[in-house]
Amino acid sequence: MRLKDKVAIVTGSSRGIGKEVALKLSKEGAKLIINYPFDGEAQGAQEVVKEIEDLGGEAIAIEADVTKIDQVKAMVKEVKGEFGRIDILVNNAGITKDGLLMRMKEEDWDAVMNVNLKGAFNATKGVTRTMMKQRSGRIINISSVVGLMGNAGQANYAASKAGLIGFTKSVAKEMATRGITVNAIAPGFIETAMTDELSDKVVEQMLAVIPMGEFGQPEDIADLTLFLASDEARYITGEVIRVDGGMVM
Amino acid sequence: MDVFETVKDIVVAELGVDADEVTLEASFIDDLGADSLDIVEVVMAFEEEFDIEIPDEDAEDIETVQDAVDYIENAL
Repeated sequence: MRLKDKVAIVTGSSRGIGKEVALKLSKEGAKLIINYPFDGEAQGAQEVVKEIEDLGGEAIAIEADVTKIDQVKAMVKEVKGEFGRIDILVNNAGITKDGLLMRMKEEDWDAVMNVNLKGAFNATKGVTRTMMKQRSGRIINISSVVGLMGNAGQANYAASKAGLIGFTKSVAKEMATRGITVNAIAPGFIETAMTDELSDKVVEQMLAVIPMGEFGQPEDIADLTLFLASDEARYITGEVIRVDGGMVM
Repeated sequence: MDVFETVKDIVVAELGVDADEVTLEASFIDDLGADSLDIVEVVMAFEEEFDIEIPDEDAEDIETVQDAVDYIENAL
Protein backbone atom coordinates (compact mmCIF):
# COMPACT_ATOMS: atom_id res chain seq x y z
CA MET A 1 0.00 0.00 0.00
CA ARG A 2 1.93 3.01 -1.25
CA LEU A 3 -0.75 5.59 -0.45
CA LYS A 4 -2.24 4.21 2.75
CA ASP A 5 -4.71 6.70 4.30
CA LYS A 6 -3.81 9.47 1.85
CA VAL A 7 -6.75 11.55 0.67
CA ALA A 8 -6.91 12.17 -3.06
CA ILE A 9 -9.17 14.37 -5.19
CA VAL A 10 -9.29 13.50 -8.88
CA THR A 11 -11.23 16.08 -10.89
CA GLY A 12 -13.38 14.70 -13.68
CA SER A 13 -13.05 11.11 -12.54
CA SER A 14 -16.45 9.69 -13.42
CA ARG A 15 -14.94 8.14 -16.55
CA GLY A 16 -11.95 7.98 -18.88
CA ILE A 17 -8.42 8.62 -17.66
CA GLY A 18 -9.66 10.19 -14.42
CA LYS A 19 -11.59 7.07 -13.52
CA GLU A 20 -8.55 4.85 -14.13
CA VAL A 21 -6.38 7.17 -12.03
CA ALA A 22 -8.91 7.06 -9.18
CA LEU A 23 -9.07 3.27 -9.25
CA LYS A 24 -5.28 3.01 -9.26
CA LEU A 25 -4.76 5.37 -6.32
CA SER A 26 -7.51 3.61 -4.43
CA LYS A 27 -5.89 0.21 -4.87
CA GLU A 28 -2.83 1.60 -3.10
CA GLY A 29 -4.87 2.64 -0.08
CA ALA A 30 -5.87 6.22 -0.88
CA LYS A 31 -9.30 7.55 0.03
CA LEU A 32 -10.80 8.94 -3.14
CA ILE A 33 -12.97 11.88 -4.02
CA ILE A 34 -14.63 11.17 -7.34
CA ASN A 35 -15.38 14.64 -8.64
CA TYR A 36 -17.82 15.18 -11.47
CA PRO A 37 -19.09 18.40 -13.04
CA PHE A 38 -22.88 18.11 -13.27
CA ASP A 39 -25.84 15.86 -12.75
CA GLY A 40 -25.40 14.04 -16.05
CA GLU A 41 -22.17 12.48 -14.78
CA ALA A 42 -23.56 11.53 -11.36
CA GLN A 43 -24.36 7.95 -12.31
CA GLY A 44 -20.89 7.34 -13.71
CA ALA A 45 -19.33 8.78 -10.57
CA GLN A 46 -21.48 6.57 -8.34
CA GLU A 47 -20.42 3.55 -10.35
CA VAL A 48 -16.75 4.42 -9.81
CA VAL A 49 -17.42 4.77 -6.07
CA LYS A 50 -19.12 1.38 -6.06
CA GLU A 51 -16.26 -0.21 -7.97
CA ILE A 52 -13.79 1.14 -5.42
CA GLU A 53 -15.93 -0.01 -2.50
CA ASP A 54 -16.33 -3.47 -4.01
CA LEU A 55 -12.54 -3.70 -4.04
CA GLY A 56 -12.43 -2.78 -0.35
CA GLY A 57 -11.50 0.88 -0.85
CA GLU A 58 -13.08 4.10 0.34
CA ALA A 59 -14.52 6.79 -1.93
CA ILE A 60 -17.13 9.50 -2.11
CA ALA A 61 -18.57 11.25 -5.17
CA ILE A 62 -18.80 15.04 -5.09
CA GLU A 63 -20.44 17.19 -7.73
CA ALA A 64 -18.48 20.39 -8.35
CA ASP A 65 -17.95 22.33 -11.56
CA VAL A 66 -14.23 23.17 -11.46
CA THR A 67 -14.84 26.34 -13.45
CA LYS A 68 -16.77 27.73 -10.46
CA ILE A 69 -14.54 28.67 -7.53
CA ASP A 70 -17.47 28.58 -5.09
CA GLN A 71 -18.28 24.98 -6.01
CA VAL A 72 -14.63 24.01 -5.66
CA LYS A 73 -14.47 25.65 -2.24
CA ALA A 74 -17.59 23.76 -1.16
CA MET A 75 -16.02 20.50 -2.34
CA VAL A 76 -12.80 21.16 -0.42
CA LYS A 77 -14.82 21.97 2.68
CA GLU A 78 -16.75 18.73 2.37
CA VAL A 79 -13.54 16.73 1.91
CA LYS A 80 -11.94 18.36 4.95
CA GLY A 81 -15.06 17.63 6.98
CA GLU A 82 -15.15 14.03 5.85
CA PHE A 83 -11.44 13.12 5.90
CA GLY A 84 -9.69 15.98 7.71
CA ARG A 85 -6.89 16.37 5.16
CA ILE A 86 -6.02 16.50 1.45
CA ASP A 87 -2.81 14.86 0.25
CA ILE A 88 -3.20 14.51 -3.49
CA LEU A 89 -4.91 16.59 -6.17
CA VAL A 90 -5.06 15.32 -9.73
CA ASN A 91 -6.20 18.06 -12.11
CA ASN A 92 -7.66 15.81 -14.74
CA ALA A 93 -10.93 17.47 -15.77
CA GLY A 94 -10.71 18.43 -19.41
CA ILE A 95 -12.79 18.96 -22.52
CA THR A 96 -12.21 19.47 -26.23
CA LYS A 97 -14.03 21.77 -28.64
CA ASP A 98 -11.99 21.18 -31.77
CA GLY A 99 -12.03 23.28 -34.91
CA LEU A 100 -9.70 25.23 -37.13
CA LEU A 101 -8.82 28.63 -35.72
CA MET A 102 -10.54 30.39 -38.62
CA ARG A 103 -13.79 28.79 -37.61
CA MET A 104 -13.31 28.50 -33.87
CA LYS A 105 -16.00 30.35 -31.92
CA GLU A 106 -15.11 32.49 -28.96
CA GLU A 107 -17.27 30.30 -26.75
CA ASP A 108 -15.33 27.21 -27.85
CA TRP A 109 -12.11 28.92 -26.80
CA ASP A 110 -13.55 30.08 -23.49
CA ALA A 111 -15.14 26.75 -22.61
CA VAL A 112 -11.90 24.81 -23.11
CA MET A 113 -9.74 27.36 -21.30
CA ASN A 114 -12.24 27.52 -18.45
CA VAL A 115 -12.35 23.80 -17.74
CA ASN A 116 -8.80 22.80 -18.61
CA LEU A 117 -6.83 25.75 -17.27
CA LYS A 118 -8.99 27.81 -14.96
CA GLY A 119 -10.39 24.60 -13.51
CA ALA A 120 -6.88 23.55 -12.50
CA PHE A 121 -6.26 27.01 -11.07
CA ASN A 122 -9.45 26.84 -9.00
CA ALA A 123 -8.85 23.34 -7.69
CA THR A 124 -5.19 24.00 -6.91
CA LYS A 125 -6.02 27.23 -5.13
CA GLY A 126 -8.68 25.34 -3.24
CA VAL A 127 -6.30 22.75 -1.77
CA THR A 128 -2.99 24.62 -1.35
CA ARG A 129 -3.79 26.19 2.01
CA THR A 130 -4.57 22.77 3.45
CA MET A 131 -1.43 21.27 1.93
CA MET A 132 0.71 24.18 3.14
CA LYS A 133 -0.49 23.64 6.68
CA GLN A 134 0.23 19.92 6.39
CA ARG A 135 3.68 20.72 4.98
CA SER A 136 3.05 18.07 2.35
CA GLY A 137 1.07 17.54 -0.79
CA ARG A 138 1.11 16.23 -4.32
CA ILE A 139 -0.44 18.08 -7.24
CA ILE A 140 -0.47 16.31 -10.59
CA ASN A 141 -1.74 18.11 -13.67
CA ILE A 142 -2.87 16.12 -16.65
CA SER A 143 -1.55 18.10 -19.60
CA SER A 144 -1.10 16.67 -23.11
CA VAL A 145 1.61 16.22 -25.73
CA VAL A 146 -0.55 18.59 -27.77
CA GLY A 147 0.53 21.28 -25.32
CA LEU A 148 4.13 20.60 -26.35
CA MET A 149 3.79 20.14 -30.09
CA GLY A 150 0.56 21.93 -31.04
CA ASN A 151 -2.11 20.36 -33.18
CA ALA A 152 -4.10 21.68 -36.12
CA GLY A 153 -7.72 22.02 -35.07
CA GLN A 154 -6.91 22.24 -31.38
CA ALA A 155 -5.62 25.79 -30.83
CA ASN A 156 -7.79 26.13 -27.72
CA TYR A 157 -6.98 22.71 -26.29
CA ALA A 158 -3.25 23.01 -27.03
CA ALA A 159 -3.11 26.49 -25.49
CA SER A 160 -4.86 25.25 -22.36
CA LYS A 161 -2.53 22.24 -22.04
CA ALA A 162 0.59 24.35 -22.65
CA GLY A 163 -0.80 26.78 -20.09
CA LEU A 164 -1.02 23.95 -17.60
CA ILE A 165 2.71 23.34 -18.01
CA GLY A 166 3.57 26.95 -17.17
CA PHE A 167 1.14 26.77 -14.29
CA THR A 168 2.75 23.56 -13.04
CA LYS A 169 6.25 25.03 -13.01
CA SER A 170 5.20 28.29 -11.37
CA VAL A 171 3.25 26.66 -8.57
CA ALA A 172 6.05 24.10 -8.11
CA LYS A 173 8.43 26.99 -7.42
CA GLU A 174 6.02 28.69 -5.04
CA MET A 175 5.22 25.59 -3.02
CA ALA A 176 8.57 23.80 -2.95
CA THR A 177 9.53 24.92 0.55
CA ARG A 178 6.30 23.48 1.91
CA GLY A 179 6.85 19.91 0.84
CA ILE A 180 4.32 20.22 -1.96
CA THR A 181 5.36 18.90 -5.35
CA VAL A 182 3.64 19.92 -8.57
CA ASN A 183 4.18 17.95 -11.75
CA ALA A 184 2.52 17.50 -15.12
CA ILE A 185 1.87 14.41 -17.18
CA ALA A 186 1.61 14.82 -20.94
CA PRO A 187 -0.33 11.87 -22.33
CA GLY A 188 -0.05 11.10 -26.02
CA PHE A 189 -2.74 9.19 -27.84
CA ILE A 190 -4.65 7.26 -25.16
CA GLU A 191 -7.51 4.91 -26.01
CA THR A 192 -10.70 6.28 -24.44
CA ALA A 193 -14.31 6.82 -25.48
CA MET A 194 -13.14 9.96 -27.28
CA THR A 195 -10.69 8.12 -29.53
CA ASP A 196 -13.17 5.35 -30.39
CA GLU A 197 -14.99 7.82 -32.60
CA LEU A 198 -12.05 8.52 -34.90
CA SER A 199 -12.08 7.20 -38.44
CA ASP A 200 -9.78 4.36 -39.51
CA LYS A 201 -7.84 6.80 -41.65
CA VAL A 202 -7.10 9.12 -38.75
CA VAL A 203 -6.18 6.19 -36.53
CA GLU A 204 -3.75 4.95 -39.17
CA GLN A 205 -2.14 8.39 -39.44
CA MET A 206 -1.76 8.63 -35.68
CA LEU A 207 -0.20 5.19 -35.39
CA ALA A 208 2.33 6.07 -38.08
CA VAL A 209 3.86 8.81 -35.90
CA ILE A 210 4.08 6.73 -32.72
CA PRO A 211 7.42 4.88 -32.61
CA MET A 212 5.96 2.16 -30.38
CA GLY A 213 3.24 1.61 -32.98
CA GLU A 214 0.33 1.40 -30.57
CA PHE A 215 -1.95 3.66 -28.57
CA GLY A 216 -1.58 4.06 -24.83
CA GLN A 217 -4.08 2.86 -22.27
CA PRO A 218 -5.62 4.94 -19.45
CA GLU A 219 -3.73 2.70 -17.04
CA ASP A 220 -0.42 3.97 -18.43
CA ILE A 221 -1.36 7.43 -17.19
CA ALA A 222 -2.65 6.04 -13.90
CA ASP A 223 0.64 4.25 -13.23
CA LEU A 224 2.69 7.43 -13.58
CA THR A 225 0.18 9.39 -11.51
CA LEU A 226 0.57 6.83 -8.75
CA PHE A 227 4.34 7.17 -8.86
CA LEU A 228 4.23 10.98 -8.75
CA ALA A 229 1.77 10.80 -5.84
CA SER A 230 3.94 8.38 -3.88
CA ASP A 231 6.75 9.04 -1.40
CA GLU A 232 9.28 7.77 -3.95
CA ALA A 233 8.70 10.89 -6.07
CA ARG A 234 9.42 13.31 -3.20
CA TYR A 235 12.34 15.04 -4.97
CA ILE A 236 10.59 15.50 -8.32
CA THR A 237 8.82 18.80 -8.86
CA GLY A 238 8.04 21.12 -11.77
CA GLU A 239 8.57 18.22 -14.17
CA VAL A 240 6.61 17.38 -17.32
CA ILE A 241 6.63 13.71 -18.25
CA ARG A 242 5.35 12.45 -21.58
CA VAL A 243 3.53 9.13 -21.74
CA ASP A 244 3.19 8.80 -25.47
CA GLY A 245 5.02 5.77 -26.83
CA GLY A 246 7.78 8.06 -28.08
CA MET A 247 5.53 10.26 -30.21
CA VAL A 248 7.04 13.63 -29.22
CA MET A 249 10.76 13.44 -28.58
CA MET B 1 -11.61 42.46 21.52
CA ASP B 2 -7.90 42.90 22.17
CA VAL B 3 -6.51 42.99 18.65
CA PHE B 4 -2.91 42.50 19.78
CA GLU B 5 -3.70 39.35 21.76
CA THR B 6 -5.61 37.86 18.83
CA VAL B 7 -2.84 38.81 16.40
CA LYS B 8 -0.33 37.22 18.74
CA ASP B 9 -2.34 33.98 18.90
CA ILE B 10 -2.53 33.84 15.11
CA VAL B 11 1.16 34.56 14.62
CA VAL B 12 2.12 31.91 17.17
CA ALA B 13 -0.13 29.37 15.45
CA GLU B 14 0.94 30.21 11.89
CA LEU B 15 4.68 30.73 12.41
CA GLY B 16 5.29 28.32 15.27
CA VAL B 17 7.12 30.95 17.34
CA ASP B 18 6.96 31.50 21.12
CA ALA B 19 4.33 33.93 22.34
CA ASP B 20 6.91 36.13 24.07
CA GLU B 21 8.73 36.65 20.77
CA VAL B 22 5.63 38.30 19.35
CA THR B 23 6.18 41.85 20.58
CA LEU B 24 4.74 44.92 18.91
CA GLU B 25 8.18 45.83 17.57
CA ALA B 26 8.87 42.39 16.12
CA SER B 27 9.38 42.27 12.36
CA PHE B 28 7.69 39.29 10.69
CA ILE B 29 10.66 38.59 8.45
CA ASP B 30 13.69 39.70 10.51
CA ASP B 31 12.55 38.69 14.00
CA LEU B 32 9.94 35.99 13.51
CA GLY B 33 11.63 34.21 10.60
CA ALA B 34 8.68 34.45 8.21
CA ASP B 35 9.14 34.00 4.47
CA SER B 36 6.84 35.38 1.78
CA LEU B 37 4.51 32.36 1.91
CA ASP B 38 4.32 32.59 5.71
CA ILE B 39 3.22 36.19 5.39
CA VAL B 40 0.49 35.22 2.93
CA GLU B 41 -0.72 32.62 5.41
CA VAL B 42 -0.66 35.06 8.33
CA VAL B 43 -2.50 37.72 6.34
CA MET B 44 -5.13 35.19 5.24
CA ALA B 45 -5.58 34.14 8.85
CA PHE B 46 -6.04 37.80 9.88
CA GLU B 47 -8.65 38.21 7.17
CA GLU B 48 -10.55 35.17 8.36
CA GLU B 49 -10.35 35.91 12.08
CA PHE B 50 -11.28 39.60 11.85
CA ASP B 51 -13.54 39.25 8.80
CA ILE B 52 -11.72 41.98 6.87
CA GLU B 53 -10.08 42.25 3.44
CA ILE B 54 -6.37 43.04 3.28
CA PRO B 55 -5.45 43.83 -0.33
CA ASP B 56 -1.98 42.71 -1.47
CA GLU B 57 -0.72 46.27 -1.81
CA ASP B 58 -1.63 46.94 1.83
CA ALA B 59 -0.23 43.60 2.99
CA GLU B 60 3.15 44.60 1.55
CA ASP B 61 3.33 47.50 4.02
CA ILE B 62 2.76 45.29 7.04
CA GLU B 63 6.27 44.64 8.29
CA THR B 64 5.93 44.50 12.06
CA VAL B 65 3.33 43.22 14.50
CA GLN B 66 2.52 46.87 15.31
CA ASP B 67 1.78 47.48 11.60
CA ALA B 68 -0.62 44.55 11.60
CA VAL B 69 -2.40 45.65 14.77
CA ASP B 70 -2.74 49.23 13.46
CA TYR B 71 -4.04 48.05 10.11
CA ILE B 72 -6.61 45.73 11.66
CA GLU B 73 -7.82 48.30 14.22
CA ASN B 74 -8.31 50.75 11.38
CA ALA B 75 -10.18 48.23 9.28
CA LEU B 76 -12.56 47.09 12.02
